[in-house]
Amino acid sequence: MTVGPLIGYAVTLAVLAVAAAAFDAALAARPAAWGSAATAPLREVARLLTQQRRRTVLPDLVLLRAGVWSLPAAAVLAGVVLPLGERPVAESAVGVVWFNAMEVCVWGAVWLTGWAPNSVFPLVGGYRFVAQGLAYELPHMFALITAALGAGSLSVTEVAAAQREVWFVVWMPVAFVIYLVSALAMAFWGPFGQPVGGEVAGGVRVELAGPDRLVFQAGRYALLVVASAAAVPLFLGGGAGPLLPSWAWTLVKTVAVLGVLVWAGRRVPAVRMDRFTQASWLVLIPAALLQMLVVGLVVI
Amino acid sequence: MAVVAFWALAVLSVAGAVAVFTVDSMARATFALLVSLAAVGVLFLLIDLAYLGVLIVLMMVMEMMIMAVFMIMFMMNPAGLMPMTMVHGRRFALAVSGAVFAGLAALALLTPWPARRGTPPPDPAHALGMSIMGPQMLVMMVIGVAILATMIATVVLATDRGRYDRR
Amino acid sequence: MGLEAFLLLAAALFAVGVYGVLSQQSIVMLMMGLELMINGVIVAGGAFWYHLAPGTADGQVLVLVAVTVMALEMAAGFAVVTALYRARQVDTTDEAGDLKG
Repeated sequence: MTVGPLIGYAVTLAVLAVAAAAFDAALAARPAAWGSAATAPLREVARLLTQQRRRTVLPDLVLLRAGVWSLPAAAVLAGVVLPLGERPVAESAVGVVWFNAMEVCVWGAVWLTGWAPNSVFPLVGGYRFVAQGLAYELPHMFALITAALGAGSLSVTEVAAAQREVWFVVWMPVAFVIYLVSALAMAFWGPFGQPVGGEVAGGVRVELAGPDRLVFQAGRYALLVVASAAAVPLFLGGGAGPLLPSWAWTLVKTVAVLGVLVWAGRRVPAVRMDRFTQASWLVLIPAALLQMLVVGLVVI
Repeated sequence: MAVVAFWALAVLSVAGAVAVFTVDSMARATFALLVSLAAVGVLFLLIDLAYLGVLIVLMMVMEMMIMAVFMIMFMMNPAGLMPMTMVHGRRFALAVSGAVFAGLAALALLTPWPARRGTPPPDPAHALGMSIMGPQMLVMMVIGVAILATMIATVVLATDRGRYDRR
Repeated sequence: MGLEAFLLLAAALFAVGVYGVLSQQSIVMLMMGLELMINGVIVAGGAFWYHLAPGTADGQVLVLVAVTVMALEMAAGFAVVTALYRARQVDTTDEAGDLKG
């Protein structure tokens, strides 16, 4: 493996994460302040880098570091199987399962970050995320498997290649919508932002300050970027498109999905965990299974 | 390279396993168990079992998160802020587990294992899929029924209210 | 790393699990011991598949069954502990000896 794709991947991920943060700041600001929103993420980075760490009484520092750092690590590792253009950083025959396994590590990361400071509100946030995870994970898995079933392969590259004629979003729209919903829940973004919700004073990240908070926030944005990027090879035809080279199309589609997710995060009201669990198990899972049945019949 | 990776993962796995019963904090114990299980998952990547290895990591992370919730719910000192031991028959247990290890290790080293038959298929995941949807279908069906039965049984056991008694 | 190395690892994991099952008072800790024992079985299953009979998928199926058993064991165990705790506020094996005369 050469270093080139690795650097390209890291730079792309960082730029998209900063862009997502800037867009989110712009959505929150009035039109007059859009100019300063563009630089808001960078100013926030500078602020957090110089801020002091907050100390709580008897924190579990080992678990805190493990939790905070495994959030961006999970996002970065999940993204390595996604092709930017023709090839991913690391080609894997079981890329879809790998992606799924890495994003499940987010459960551990968020719960540990909530547990370790020995403080009430982070703990509430951490438990909220576990409950949310139990709600979104099964529909999410079924959506991923549906795309893999349509292509007859677990490799993300193969799934993208199988959409030369018709994009999967056309004949598995239900799976695509479920994927987007679960992507929001996975990055605890917008309507599913309860683990870091305002009514528990910021949930999981209350006690995080300085570099810790920076790493956690960066991990969350990276997760959002990777979740949007995965929608492209899985449902939106990968790099397929006229005129432009495939890497450009992948980028354009990723930015589009990312924009929709960030926008939805600011415009959709928060959903309570128990209601979401109920809706997820009673509506999303049956819908995903029906979608998979349809795809299975078509494939045969 | 593969040999180094194997022994590193093996040591990590056993160290995690031992840590489960030596650390005081329940959160640490759960995540030590996760380290032990995930190391085995990564180990499977070395023997061409990419699908099963990744599957193990995937399932064990979810399982351990649920385990952590219960661990902390039931233990009286979950954060391990004070040292504690909750063991009985420690010497007996150590002796038995030592004997079990010695016996199994002797079995592993002394048994004349048969020669390898066949070679790994190019795509073991595909072979597994064809197997459980073909000749081993019965296994898959039994697993399915067992999962369903467990789901129903656990809900019946764990809940103290009926379907229409919403709160 | 031959078959023997894998089996040694499996034996070590299994033995640590046996220690946990025999020595822990808390039922949840006991279940962690069970998980470790099954972990050993998984290692052995994968190793037997790779080193003895990679031509057929039987070893892989064994691993799949072991992983499922692990999940089911945990679910059933926690349900029993929850029921037990709800009935008697008990979560250790010493106090749960129901059938003792």
